Amino acid sequence: MPRLTAENLQRARQLIALYPQPRSALIPILHIVQEQDGWLTPDGMAHAGELLDIDPAEVYGTASFYDMFFTHPVGRHLVSVCTNLACLLNGADELLEHAEARLGVAPGGTTADGQFTLEEVECIAFCGAAPCLAVNWRFFGNIGNEDFDRLVDDLAAGRLADDVPPHGTLNRVRRRVGLSAAAPAPAEDTDAPAQARPS
Amino acid sequence: MITDAAPIVTARIGNPQSWTLQSYLDNGGYDGVRKALTMDPSEVQQEVLTANLLGRGGAGFEAGKKWGMLAKGETKYLVINGDESEPCTFKDHMLLEEDPHQIIEGTLICAYAIGASQAFIFVRGEFALGLERLSSAVNEAYAFGAIGRNILGSGFSIDLVVHPGAGAYICGEETALLESLEGKRGYPRDKPPWFPAVKGLYSAPTIVNNVETMSNLPWIVTNGGAAFAALGIGRSTGTRLFSVSGHVKRPANYEIEMAKHTFRDLIFDPKLGGGIRNDNQLKAFVPGGVSAPWFGPDQIDMALDQDAVGKAGSMLGSGSVIAMDDTTCMVRAAWRITRFFHRESCGQCTPCREGGGWLDKIMRRIELGQGRESDLDLLLDVCDNIAPGLGWPPQKTTICVLGPSIPSSITSGIKMFRDEFLVHIKDGRCPFA
Amino acid sequence: MPDPIKITVDGKVVEAKPGEMVIAAAERGGTYIPRFCWHPRMRPVGMCRMCLVEVKGPRGFALMPACYVPVADGQEIVTDSPKVKKAQDGVLEFLLINHPLDCPVCDRGGECPLQDQTFAFGPGESRFVEEKRHWAKPIPINPLVALDRERCIQCSRCTRFADEVAGDAMIDFIGRADMTEVNTFPERPFTSNFSGNVVQICPVGALTATPYRFKARPWDLDVVESTCTACAVGCRMALQSSSNRLIRHLGVDSDPVNHGWLCDKGRFSYEQTDNPDRLRTPLVRKDGQLVEASWNEALTAAADGLRRIHDTAGPDAIAVLGGARLPNEDAYAWAKLAKGVIGTDNVDCQMGDGLPAELVLGLPRATIDEACAASAVVLLAPDLKEDLPVFYLRLREAAVDKGLKLIELTPHATGLSRHAEVRLQYRPGEAAAVARAMAATRVPDDGAGGVSAADIGAAAELLAAADSVVIVVGRASLAESGESIADAAGVLAGAMPDARFLSALRRGNVHGALDMGLAPGILPGRVSLDDGRDRFTGAWGHLPEGRGMDAGAILAAAAANTVQGLVLVGADPASDFPDRALAAQALAGAAFTVVVDLFGDGASAAQADVVLPAAGYGERPGTTTNMEGRVTRLGQKVTAPGTSRPDWMIAADLAHRLGGDLGFQTLDDVALEIERLAPAHAGVTPQLLSRPGYRDGVVVPLADGRPTESDRPAESIEVDAQRAHAGSVQPESDPEADAPLEPVAGAADAPAAAPATSRPPLIRYQPGAAAKQAPPIDAYSLRLVAVRTLYDAGALVTRSPSLAALAAGPCLRVNPADLGRMGVTTGDRVRVSSSRRSLVLDVAADPHVLRGSAVLVFNAPGEGAAELIDASQTVTDLRVETVK
Ligand SMILES: Cc1cc2nc3c(=O)[nH]c(=O)nc-3n(C[C@H](O)[C@H](O)[C@H](O)COP(=O)(O)O)c2cc1C
Ligand code: SF4
Ligand code: FES
Repeated sequence: MPRLTAENLQRARQLIALYPQPRSALIPILHIVQEQDGWLTPDGMAHAGELLDIDPAEVYGTASFYDMFFTHPVGRHLVSVCTNLACLLNGADELLEHAEARLGVAPGGTTADGQFTLEEVECIAFCGAAPCLAVNWRFFGNIGNEDFDRLVDDLAAGRLADDVPPHGTLNRVRRRVGLSAAAPAPAEDTDAPAQARPS
Repeated sequence: MITDAAPIVTARIGNPQSWTLQSYLDNGGYDGVRKALTMDPSEVQQEVLTANLLGRGGAGFEAGKKWGMLAKGETKYLVINGDESEPCTFKDHMLLEEDPHQIIEGTLICAYAIGASQAFIFVRGEFALGLERLSSAVNEAYAFGAIGRNILGSGFSIDLVVHPGAGAYICGEETALLESLEGKRGYPRDKPPWFPAVKGLYSAPTIVNNVETMSNLPWIVTNGGAAFAALGIGRSTGTRLFSVSGHVKRPANYEIEMAKHTFRDLIFDPKLGGGIRNDNQLKAFVPGGVSAPWFGPDQIDMALDQDAVGKAGSMLGSGSVIAMDDTTCMVRAAWRITRFFHRESCGQCTPCREGGGWLDKIMRRIELGQGRESDLDLLLDVCDNIAPGLGWPPQKTTICVLGPSIPSSITSGIKMFRDEFLVHIKDGRCPFA
Repeated sequence: MPDPIKITVDGKVVEAKPGEMVIAAAERGGTYIPRFCWHPRMRPVGMCRMCLVEVKGPRGFALMPACYVPVADGQEIVTDSPKVKKAQDGVLEFLLINHPLDCPVCDRGGECPLQDQTFAFGPGESRFVEEKRHWAKPIPINPLVALDRERCIQCSRCTRFADEVAGDAMIDFIGRADMTEVNTFPERPFTSNFSGNVVQICPVGALTATPYRFKARPWDLDVVESTCTACAVGCRMALQSSSNRLIRHLGVDSDPVNHGWLCDKGRFSYEQTDNPDRLRTPLVRKDGQLVEASWNEALTAAADGLRRIHDTAGPDAIAVLGGARLPNEDAYAWAKLAKGVIGTDNVDCQMGDGLPAELVLGLPRATIDEACAASAVVLLAPDLKEDLPVFYLRLREAAVDKGLKLIELTPHATGLSRHAEVRLQYRPGEAAAVARAMAATRVPDDGAGGVSAADIGAAAELLAAADSVVIVVGRASLAESGESIADAAGVLAGAMPDARFLSALRRGNVHGALDMGLAPGILPGRVSLDDGRDRFTGAWGHLPEGRGMDAGAILAAAAANTVQGLVLVGADPASDFPDRALAAQALAGAAFTVVVDLFGDGASAAQADVVLPAAGYGERPGTTTNMEGRVTRLGQKVTAPGTSRPDWMIAADLAHRLGGDLGFQTLDDVALEIERLAPAHAGVTPQLLSRPGYRDGVVVPLADGRPTESDRPAESIEVDAQRAHAGSVQPESDPEADAPLEPVAGAADAPAAAPATSRPPLIRYQPGAAAKQAPPIDAYSLRLVAVRTLYDAGALVTRSPSLAALAAGPCLRVNPADLGRMGVTTGDRVRVSSSRRSLVLDVAADPHVLRGSAVLVFNAPGEGAAELIDASQTVTDLRVETVK
């Protein structure tokens, strides 16, 4: 079972350095674990616990509180259909039914080829474009049945690979500066504006 | 905008690449913080007090006053609440994606005013694009010298961390957010003693403010608190972003002057909601996020004023207005909201955890045609056991107010649409299905 | 003194303590507010909302959780209004909707707060007609505890205990909302030494003890209070029996000692008492075989054997080993028999694993409370989490919550290492060198004992700045001589004259046995043989000539045939003595051995000539003394199997047959003689200890002979509630219960029988010469560190089947760098050789082990450390080679 790769371990250490207390980095690190493996493997969670000096049970207990973390494998594309009020009023139930039929799985299920996991979610704050859904937390609005089918085809064919990275990848922007200056507030001296590297 | 006042927080939205530093700088970006840094922190705070900026996260507490309650201490933190998860609220989502630098600038101003040691922006985990845009903006701002040591040559230093959430509505509640930021389960803390301004992040004094609240600060500092206070009416100053959704023709976020307009304007004005789809009848609307009790068409002319709405037994809350037309099954709508709270309860308090689940099950039964006549009394009594008297402010039957929010849709539904519930029960099916 | 806080509860004025919660103050004032999540020994969380009451605020009365509202002067509380009743009914109904209501098959049925409160406060019937939540059940969370998640009411008591109290956060809430469950990390059980506590504090039947499941119904249980003697902490516990069998131990909240907690060893050790293999009749060796015999026959045989040796080789050829598991009175009787009747001073209750008696008895002692309240505690001690578990809990709490600073002076990492301010991990055998460097005016530049100058300096600085220092002294490693630890303790005592000490000796009543004189050169009541000679010669008739030998010397003498008669009183040197080879030679060498024990088939008993069955824990009354010197009463709940009898009676019977007379007809006779003769025990009468205010016992010697009645804390509420649903513990009956306390006869004005003038002085420890230095270690060896674990091959664990299953076999832990050098890794096996033996053992890499040393659990099942240790050396070095 995978632990963090050397590169991800480095990222995790940088995250820990950002916070006054290491445990604050737990959720960001779990996002890295999920980015690496697609879900939170027991070894990945245990590794996070080691880095933060907390028991793996606490890692698991914390992770399991949050909807975005999966402690079992899910598909490459996590299709999250919102059925909360604004979407409900605009046909979300019908969209979800269609999605179930199209993908052949009930909410919570993963297609046999491991490509798609369907889930029904609470409001994703995209209500101006209801009914809407997210794939790997990239948002798609005003989705009718045909839109859904086209989306699934595009995803399966890899046509949206740039916009929709594999499940687990959340933030592709790495913090570039200020990592070491992070922890306690720097003394208020008059050093030149630090770490002013061009971005 | 249906008034003459220029927009404040959405002024740059729509500009090409509005989320980049260049675009921001081209449109007056970072002037506010530059000015603030020349002032004494107390002067900055005074401007915000003068502006009477009400928090935009839901509770509507005066930002300047809150900062004034911050306990003394070496280490103080500033935490920006970008967890926006109240159903049908999508304004912070837009601000994060479209104008992240404005949030950063507001955060810097606030950090300076309160003397924060470090600032964190807690972004709802699901906002992948928002996270990426904000993270890029932070990188740019660092490079530009607006974050880090000695920002903009002022001698003030501040580090700012973008912290992703991981999917839990309750983490919008400020103390749950702090727990989550500490790497724990998002359990709201019991108050007292956990008022963040006294005992917040890592037990240090902490200010928690909403993303939109921060977004107002550059304008307030640049134009002065008085200019802000000149907008709106009375205690409701400035402009406010409303998320309009549901059965309107033009669902979107609209920035309008506070208290000057009514729900009718918001829903029907052609420049705003644009009326009900297919020109159907408005059946009911939710005035401030699904936690809020519903209003009927008879309340449509009420001003969008926090205090007026409060007096009428509901709340302006997170500023999201959801219109429901006459094709809507109110049982289903109430059930869906109940299910939301059931799933999103953190699970600490018995009334919220168990009561939410129970109500969900009863509502489901009624909607699916298996209701009993006694269910309505049962629903109301269970609601009463979660939030006795169903009054506001709620009794402390639960730690946070998620619990007491659960009954809103059910009690509104039964009060306003009792017959509809009874038809479900009598006919053994949903009349709208 | 600030003005007392007064609050009004239902119109009644109640005096409250600053900072306490309404729920506690109300209860002290006689108003019980129902609760589930609140526990007096843990931080409030206000989660269950069962304790809602009306509290008057600026805007009138509002419902608030009584467990989360601190008292304030003038506060008005209403607990009996219709509004409160409805709110509480509502919460109960909520808790029951998903509860399986399987009370008839639930272990908690009959003592279940949920059941009781439903009965007392709840609504009549459920309006819940939906499908309940379902989980697979029950699931083991470790071998001792089973979890039924359907019964769980999410009060978080267990998870908070694990994290907050035990520091073993191996169970947590998983999931969210009404699908929240308690669970462990997948495949990682709740391996806590304290797991049984979660069963006790679970307010429903969600957590049950596997050994107890379905054994009894609470209403069938008899209860008595007692003190645990599984180790020297002396936790108060309730013994419960059913049909004359011990069936459960529950922790009782003793404010100065255990706060209601027990370790799993203490909690489940009733299985030893209840073991069907207990010896029921005496055994006598006939034709090489141990065969059952009558008491008369066996006692006569024992007396004959001993008399023969006495008459031919003198009293010094007889030695008495053991006594640390006996109650004080029994230990006294055996001391009187050995020293007063037989006339030998070759007596030792320690098994070569302890400290010199003079040090334990003669250093100024601290209480557990004092240690927790000190500014700094030095841990020159074994891993308290394994050796004295509940003392570990107390210190951990003080370090985590109360600002206590810990300085750890140990050769290996312990359970408290992560809480230590400074860690001085010394090379095995060199504790004294580090202590000397710490005490020096200038720390040597290159440090000492393998510890850096900087760390030693930090410790010295911390101690210099500390207002109060307590030093915990014990044997961190049994492969390191006791003298070297005594040396280190002496150095620290000299350097810090105001410091107080706690000896971290683990055997149940070893402190009581030492107090009673079961050590060479010592007489009862903490006096030396010389100082007490007049007083005790007068009382006992005669005494040994000079100071005798300790256990190590006795065994060596037995091996050399100079000691010919061995009496083992609840002692099993063949498995307990650190140097097993020497113990075996000694048992083989002794001409005549008498064993007094619970079991007839122990390793040492196999060599015995006579085996006498003794009554065990819970089978006889008496008193016991914990590490602080606290004397408390033991409870008797069941009768001893067969004809086994209390040790003091055996001593008295044996004395008779040896032509002496201990002069005891009853247990009280013994107790009163101790009070009269033992200087440290003046005033400690059975009458005193049975008064209701003295359930926590007294610390001896009594100050001015006047005990102070212990102030039971408000927190005892929990115990009482526990008791209420554990079948009530009978208040210990005492006709004088309500009589006002009078100063008891004691040290202040000793009775005529022992004139005050003849009262000998209590021992004061005088450090001896510096101990022998450990030799330099060569580059090819690893120095052995032999540590203890809670679950070993000792009698208590071995004879308690549920615990025996938890004892792991030996595994040599070595620093990964040293392992790498040898080209082996975790899971490999290596050949380990000392001057004594060569063994093949499993190895594991452990970064916490100091380079150049190797850690092995002492007395793990199978061959291990005891085979390797050479007691004649200050340290034991090992050669480690790979095996193919
Ligand atoms: C259940 C619950 C959910 C909340 N969710 C949010 C949220 O998503 N975003 C937010 O800014 N405030 C939210 N709040 C309000 C915050 O607790 C807090 O009042 C707010 O962040 C303060 O910022 P403001 O003073 O700038 O409004 C929530 C409150 C509750 C009780
Ligand atoms: S009211 Fe609900 S969400 Fe709020 S703390 Fe209690 S259980 Fe959690
Ligand atoms: S006992 Fe007070 S909330 Fe649980």
